[in-house]
Amino acid sequence: MSDLDGFRKEIRVWLEENCPDEMRKPMNSETDACWGGRNWEFQSEDQKLWLERMVAKGWTAPSWPKEYGGAGLSRAEAKVLAQEMKKIGARAPLHSFGIWMLGPALLKFGSEEQKLRYLPEICRGEIRWCQGYSEPNAGSDLASLATKCEDFPDADGDHFLVNGSKVWTSYADQADWIFCLVRTDNTGKKHHGISFILFDMESEGVSTKPIKLISGRSPFCETFFEDVKVPKENLVGERDKGWSIAKYLLTHEREMIGDSGNLKPVAQMIAEMGIEPNAALQTKITELTIDEWAFAQTMSRMLAEAKAGASLGAKSSFLKYYGTELNKRRYEVMMDAAGYDGLEWESERSNDGQLARLWLRTKGNSIEGGTSEVQLNIIAKHILELPGA
Amino acid sequence: MGLLLTDDEKMLQESAAGFFADKAPVSQLRTLRDERDATGYAQELWADMAEMGFTGVLVSEENGGFDMGFMAAGLIAEQMGRNLSASPFLSSSVLAVTALNAVGDEQAAKMLPEIVSGNMTVALAVDEGSKHNPDAIEMSASPSGNGFKLNGNKAMVVDGHMADQIVVAAQAADGLTLFVVPADAKGLDTQRTIMVDSRNAARMVFENVEVTGEQVLGEVGKGETILSAAFNAGRAILAAEMLGATSHVFEDTNEYLKERKQFGKIIGEFQALQHRLAHLYCEIELARTAVLSALTALDNNPKSAGSFVSMAKAKLGSVAKLAALEAVQLHGGMGMTDELDIGLYLKRIRVAQELFGDADFHMAQLTK
Repeated sequence: MSDLDGFRKEIRVWLEENCPDEMRKPMNSETDACWGGRNWEFQSEDQKLWLERMVAKGWTAPSWPKEYGGAGLSRAEAKVLAQEMKKIGARAPLHSFGIWMLGPALLKFGSEEQKLRYLPEICRGEIRWCQGYSEPNAGSDLASLATKCEDFPDADGDHFLVNGSKVWTSYADQADWIFCLVRTDNTGKKHHGISFILFDMESEGVSTKPIKLISGRSPFCETFFEDVKVPKENLVGERDKGWSIAKYLLTHEREMIGDSGNLKPVAQMIAEMGIEPNAALQTKITELTIDEWAFAQTMSRMLAEAKAGASLGAKSSFLKYYGTELNKRRYEVMMDAAGYDGLEWESERSNDGQLARLWLRTKGNSIEGGTSEVQLNIIAKHILELPGA
Repeated sequence: MGLLLTDDEKMLQESAAGFFADKAPVSQLRTLRDERDATGYAQELWADMAEMGFTGVLVSEENGGFDMGFMAAGLIAEQMGRNLSASPFLSSSVLAVTALNAVGDEQAAKMLPEIVSGNMTVALAVDEGSKHNPDAIEMSASPSGNGFKLNGNKAMVVDGHMADQIVVAAQAADGLTLFVVPADAKGLDTQRTIMVDSRNAARMVFENVEVTGEQVLGEVGKGETILSAAFNAGRAILAAEMLGATSHVFEDTNEYLKERKQFGKIIGEFQALQHRLAHLYCEIELARTAVLSALTALDNNPKSAGSFVSMAKAKLGSVAKLAALEAVQLHGGMGMTDELDIGLYLKRIRVAQELFGDADFHMAQLTK
């Protein structure tokens, strides 16, 4: 315990000295985040400085081993770091699907060469990844995906040929590389014959088209592959056996989407709007306050219960389901509270409809990464052990 | 962090689980009900609980107890909830003990060891109307000789019909005051009210009940602080009991869904039912955390634990109700029969929801 206290003190001093003021201000939306990558243009000098300093400490991925760009922190130490950052309102130095999703999968399933090649540049924010999972005909039923991956028809035999398309690919138009589920065999059961491959989005034959959402923003794309040539060394794990990697990665995604632990409580947001709720609204706010608290505490409890470094397994479906449904409830109540003000779409005083756009964005939370209904199916099957689920 | 049980706590949980499943299973409550038992709990169970040290879980060692704290008391209560075990644990070992601990005077030092040994049961008489409301106490304590004269009515006094001593709240000129009154005091009329859950409460009429200054618990006019401590303890422990009952009906229903066949299928194959149970699972996970957090808050800093306790009691109020209602519905017609235990849980949960403040009460507390 005393070691951890010492560690906490060290971190506190370091953060105080190194976290730029600009990076201690709350972000207005996802667009204020630093995503890194080949083409990233820093929004401020402080954003750049903050990333560089955190990278040097290995704290963009604090629990990853040092040889891969992390800091090798234990779960307890990483938690202390997160707590101390939260305390001063420090922003995450890097938002990264590489850190949140691909990294954990590579650490578990990747070859040593792959880890050394990809993980350090992920930690340094030099490469921006996107996730090629859903397809037009494979949404909730992800395993029915059909993007075709076959041997490239030449004598070398060291390349794949990829044809097909993906949809709901987050920020595909801004990503450098994609981790992608493809079908390498369609003769057996649908979970068999799926492979997990990585390739450069600048490869010939890759194109993207942003999808405009009800929020007016376009965080997702359609992504097309036409005769894309991919080196076979970019296959992660075994050919045809990518489904287990896909599922493992999904549990990380679910934890991330369900994670509302750092959200500002609704009661506080409504108070900051200067609204005095009537009794009926107050009841809804209080109900939410209790659930926000109980959910955040439950998330801490489950993470603490899971053995260090272990995945939560089916419990990640609980976090995904409850967290996203809770977030939708939060924004419904905030819209109730905001009244006419919350309906403004284009105006300075509404910050161009910030609340309305966030409200609309949350509708996707319970769809992306597996719908709420799919999560309930997973809970029924793996936790409740109900038949035929 | 308190949300994870220590090895000691796990051991206690296990031994309490074995104890109540063995000594006070649901069938015991059924027998007490069907035989219209005069006390409403098994005397030998209470003696065994004293033997196990459960009666003194919140009592300091110098007063003969085991000083194990609220988490431990909650773990015991959870097992009582699973088995619907009836005993004066909540009234004597939690409410009364916490009130006495808050006072910590000579009188408390005399009573506490008696509670620990199982020789004395104590009931707390506060509410007067049909809803829990410690701010609406009208019973009067008017000066009489060197002491006071108590006049008024009390309702929903848990275990009030068989308690040896009653801690009663009344308004004195200097404010809310608690008095310790023996059950056989002159002018005290006690009516046992058997409640829907087959457990016990009492209505009491105090008519010119004479008490001396020595019977004042703590100081005159200082009753509110003591009551607040006692109720916070009672609410958290009740929430833990509700968690136990909730977990039981949930697991029972989960098993039923794996066995019952209709339309040529195990009914657990139907997605409509799967999703209801899966949602309930999620709510119970939150409820469990809420209880653990409230108990931890009471152990760490009881003075600031009030809002955590209210959140837990409110959350359990809604989740336990949901669990009981889903359990009845998903059991179909069987859920409506007296033969199945589900109904007994539904009834106990209804009482526990109401006791010491329902979800509405606690949500109102939170916005104060």
